[in-house]
Amino acid sequence: MVLVMTMITPLKRVRGLGSAKEGADHFLKQRLTAVANLILTPFLIWLIATLAGADLASVKATLSHPLVATALIVLVLSVAIHMRIGMQVIIEDYVHSEGVKMFLLLANTLFAFGVAAIAIFAVLKLSFGT
Amino acid sequence: MAEVSSEQRSQQRPLSPHLQIYRPQINMVMSILHRLTGVGLYFGSLLLAWWLFAAAAGPDYFAFVNGLFTTWLGLIVLVGCTWALIHHMLGGIRHFIWDSGAGLDIPTVDLLSWGTIILSVILTAGLWFYVALERGWFSL
Repeated sequence: MVLVMTMITPLKRVRGLGSAKEGADHFLKQRLTAVANLILTPFLIWLIATLAGADLASVKATLSHPLVATALIVLVLSVAIHMRIGMQVIIEDYVHSEGVKMFLLLANTLFAFGVAAIAIFAVLKLSFGT
Repeated sequence: MAEVSSEQRSQQRPLSPHLQIYRPQINMVMSILHRLTGVGLYFGSLLLAWWLFAAAAGPDYFAFVNGLFTTWLGLIVLVGCTWALIHHMLGGIRHFIWDSGAGLDIPTVDLLSWGTIILSVILTAGLWFYVALERGWFSL
């Protein structure tokens, strides 16, 4: 028997394709969005400080400002990607039943995209709507 | 190589000590809090989306949602969410420092961990003190 010292699985060795080359994908995306979040979170805290408990007129006036609206949309996108990866890691850490895991991973993606869609729609409507 | 069933394998392997064995250490507590605040913010994002949606939906629905958010229970949840946000952000900075390979000696690890929890509480208190003062919820 020939002992081949290799990191790839037997199936991968037969196919000769090597790894999928996406091993670091989540690691890098999580840190890229973390940098974006680090820039945008102080903005969100400013927004909360300015608008928490404020009346609708001031909320509308602030949120329809082009810079605020743009920053908020970028924040929502970055946060949605970041929290989707984060929750995926948690699900994969703790849920070992294959069926439940698949369901939760699916729900996780739908939740992240759903929250992002609602928030972005609302910001756009506040900017462009009547 | 002799075949070993997974049952035998799990019987022979010693278990590594887990949470109930270790004395809590500050960096371990901060690690757990980083994950917990992440989960909290995951669901907290729904509150931000809901509030934005309410502002876009119109005066009546905004008044309803804003009313819920400014009840005592609503404010406790919001204060909790902003603390989670600030704590998770500071934890992220700590992880970036560690990712660079710096600050991994025990005194610095302890300092960064204590810094995360103390600063997060101070900043959250400052934020809501400012909000309460600005909205006229109380006066000095």
